[in-house]
Amino acid sequence: MKYYDKLVFELSKEGRKGYSLPSNRFPAAPELPVELRREASLDLPEVSEPDVVRHYTNLSQMNFGVDTGFYPLGSCTMKYNPKINEEVAALPGFTGLHPLMHAGLTKGALKVYQDMNKFLAAITGMDTFTFDPCAGAHGELTGLMVMRQYHLQRGDFARTKVIVPDSAHGTNPASAAVCGLEIVEVKSLENGRVDVEALKPLLDGTIAGMMMTNPNTLGLFETQIKEITELVHAAGGLMYYDGANMNPLMGVVRPGDMGFDIMHLNLHKTFSTPHGGGGPGSGPVGVAAHLVDCLPDLRVSGFHGNFGVILRAYAYILMLGRQNLKKVGQYSVLSANYIKECLKDAYKLPIEGVCKHEFVFDGLINDGAHDEVHGATTLDVAKRLLDFGFHAPTIYFPLLFHQALMIEPTETESKETIDAFIDVMHKIAAEAAEDPRILQDAPHGAPIKRPDETAAARNPILKFKDAR
Amino acid sequence: MAGFPYFPHTDADVRSMLDRIGVKKVEDLYADVPAEFVKKGAYALPDAMSEPEVRSWLNTLAGMNAKMKVFAGAGAYDHYTPSVIPYITSRSEFLTAYTPYQCEISQGTLRYIFEYQSMVCELTGMDISNASLYDGPTAAAEAMKMTVACAKKKNRVLLSKGLLPQVVAVVETYAKFHGVQIGYVPVADGQTSLEALQAELAAGDVAGVIVPEINRFGIIEDHTGFADAVHAVKALLVEYCDPSTLAVIKSPAEWGADIAVGDGQSLGIPLCFGGPYVGFMGVKKDYMRKMPGRIVGQTTDKDGKRAFVLTLQAREQHIKREKATSNICSNESLMALWVTVYLSLMGPEGLREVNKLSYDGAHYLYGELVKTGQFEEVFPGKPFLKEFVLKPKEFPGLLQQKLEKAGFFAALDTEEGYVSFCVTEQRTKEEIDELVNIVKEG
Amino acid sequence: MSKIIEGLKYSESHEWVKVEGGVAVVGVSDFAQKEMGDITYVDMPDVDDEIAAGEEFGALESVKAASDLIAPVSGKVVAVNEALEDTPELVNEDAFENWIIKVEMSDPSELDDLMDAAAYKAHIGE
Repeated sequence: MKYYDKLVFELSKEGRKGYSLPSNRFPAAPELPVELRREASLDLPEVSEPDVVRHYTNLSQMNFGVDTGFYPLGSCTMKYNPKINEEVAALPGFTGLHPLMHAGLTKGALKVYQDMNKFLAAITGMDTFTFDPCAGAHGELTGLMVMRQYHLQRGDFARTKVIVPDSAHGTNPASAAVCGLEIVEVKSLENGRVDVEALKPLLDGTIAGMMMTNPNTLGLFETQIKEITELVHAAGGLMYYDGANMNPLMGVVRPGDMGFDIMHLNLHKTFSTPHGGGGPGSGPVGVAAHLVDCLPDLRVSGFHGNFGVILRAYAYILMLGRQNLKKVGQYSVLSANYIKECLKDAYKLPIEGVCKHEFVFDGLINDGAHDEVHGATTLDVAKRLLDFGFHAPTIYFPLLFHQALMIEPTETESKETIDAFIDVMHKIAAEAAEDPRILQDAPHGAPIKRPDETAAARNPILKFKDAR
Repeated sequence: MAGFPYFPHTDADVRSMLDRIGVKKVEDLYADVPAEFVKKGAYALPDAMSEPEVRSWLNTLAGMNAKMKVFAGAGAYDHYTPSVIPYITSRSEFLTAYTPYQCEISQGTLRYIFEYQSMVCELTGMDISNASLYDGPTAAAEAMKMTVACAKKKNRVLLSKGLLPQVVAVVETYAKFHGVQIGYVPVADGQTSLEALQAELAAGDVAGVIVPEINRFGIIEDHTGFADAVHAVKALLVEYCDPSTLAVIKSPAEWGADIAVGDGQSLGIPLCFGGPYVGFMGVKKDYMRKMPGRIVGQTTDKDGKRAFVLTLQAREQHIKREKATSNICSNESLMALWVTVYLSLMGPEGLREVNKLSYDGAHYLYGELVKTGQFEEVFPGKPFLKEFVLKPKEFPGLLQQKLEKAGFFAALDTEEGYVSFCVTEQRTKEEIDELVNIVKEG
Repeated sequence: MSKIIEGLKYSESHEWVKVEGGVAVVGVSDFAQKEMGDITYVDMPDVDDEIAAGEEFGALESVKAASDLIAPVSGKVVAVNEALEDTPELVNEDAFENWIIKVEMSDPSELDDLMDAAAYKAHIGE
């Protein structure tokens, strides 16, 4: 990757033009009243079309995507983004639809929603989905609103708390707080699973429900899920499934069958829609039949959710069909276990046993610490991986392990890619044992190296004019 | 042939991996799942389609939607999309990239977000922007929460009845569950009433006020005195705006706003039946640490090179958890790129031209419609930009049907029984003349 | 080895208190600043705010973490260290020299619930 140091403002020259608009053939309308006119300057760049194209093309070449190389990010499910999805999402018959067009004008679009509702219900065991949420966290928030709505509709105002495992992703408590619910954490056992004995005393009439993911954030299947859902239901609560870890269950297990009442899916994880550098995503929320009445009043986005993203997921599911669904789950689990077995001789595996689509290492077995030299950390391993053309796994999450390295290969990586990753990880471990400074000095080949994040936070420069 | 183009594993690969793990079959890897939960029987999904079949079916569905000349707005605008944009946004290094947590290999993403933040600040006049939110209505909801977080112990937020209905609906939903009280400021004489606002402020407990720069009647509001009134009670002023229009009308900063929000869809993003769009938020410097969403900042690397990173992460959910200002992670990053490329191409002159064409076209249509004698003016003399309302002499539904038959999507009705029209630079004089003829012919 | 100053009171959550008449000067210990790493921001209350012992009154932020500041005593905030607004790293440089807030105590007996230097040293296990 070559270092390209421009910002588009630096290509600007007064009088340059990058657009083409038709001439004005209307009679001139009376001018806007003076007191309503913008008086402030508008310093947007003036750049020609070729220079805009070249600038963004060069920027893109300082980026790494799934199409570039392996992205073993645990909990992100960075699988291949099929291009047929892109083709159908760009069809003018879809992109030209105004969101307020009624059903008679949008039969094709509505059929997509209808089919997706059926497909996702079949895959998850839920009854009905809303497609309004635009991301996973957005879906979580919506799902928690359903939970609260259910109790409010029953006149039960005491249920203001939701139970969350201490291994949960930060969005769970944040979403709960936005929704006006208090978080109660339940402890995990040493094997990373929910401690059912610790759960029991927490269950009372103030509990609206429990949020969990299964497999959990360590990639382990919660084997006591039946007992957990029974306990929570008996206490009058609802079970919410965080669908971020749905991939290993595809075609094998359905959250609805496990006793979950509400769930969200991440179309930009499990259903192959592209990550886009941070969105757009889509987080449809599914509910069991007895909660369908809770859905209508929940307006969480302006129109109908991210239709363009939903279209992409639709194409993906049509390609997979009934026959290929199960392999998504099976191959993702196979690849994860394979990597775990191959690398546990060099990296600390805190929890033995079969994992699902992802697993966690707790740093290097031998971090090379000696005399004055600090040992190589998970961060150092991550940065060194960049030198070999691999994106780092998820680091420092979950918080249960201080040097956490969470690896999720997904089902779209070949054995050759996986073996190459394993080789490099062994090489890095050997480097660390020999001299951790090789890692601490990494990355060596990237356009930039270990930017000063402390300075960025202490003296924020957040727009072009701040820097001048 | 069995096999699937997205699964590289061959049978030999699978056997080799199973051997290495030490199990006989893949099902063994699910041995810890209680047998009752392992789904037996087929899933109720259709047969797998081949790619040509998917292409054909989706083209059929796309063809089942009507192709209309769009003369409606109400929060989604048919503005021109320069041909360059999809070529940039579909570059796989942008499209298939993850969130830029590993900054050394994400400088592309981080730089365009920094440019986007800079451009949002230019348009709105605010000091700081985030990396995007889901859409305009949820951005307004985030602003509502932010005003309450910034105020101490005040729990009421006022909404203008001139805001778009979907903005009100989303803010109300978030407020209900977040425990915030919503109050309303009525519209008088075509815009949010300053007098009514002052009365509501006097009633106390107000943390923030959300008002539209251009209201749902298309009228450009005059917010003289609003910031003073709101600040006098130590509340925050939130201006909801259409960013395209900020090239020609007073920006939120010029009105004294503390927070500016809206939807960037009007900056060349296709209508796409409602999404993906992009919400934006700009705030005054004082509120930097209470602002939700990701933020990119500039710094230097080990070798002194200019570098960009996600910064001020301590505000966010993965650090602050339940104390975070918001739960947002994935936002609308690629749409922020879309908007950034749009603004790079259009520049200030392009945006001014877009607005001039829309303005002149809308005023032309207004005049011609009034001349037909089929409408009453609702707000005669009130300034509008690209959208306006009229009161039809006939039943709105009949007017819509008549126009629809001729391929025009127009005359959306408001709760008051008015109909609204929107003209952008995409609409030609011929189209407008044709629409007017349809109306005349009855 | 973290620096510990005799004569100050310490809380379990690593705040220190120096008593000057009826006013408690509050900061965080050397151990706390080391645990945080480079501090990028100190979130402080406003003058005249009321705080309650055991409840959070602010936070320390670093690039990757945030840590609540827990009030060791109750009372009214009479001063905040404004130098920390622009230069939060002063807390890293000298955690004892650079206080965070000064509190007019409403109940000085709360000081008895705090640890002395020896007890705090044992608490942090050094």
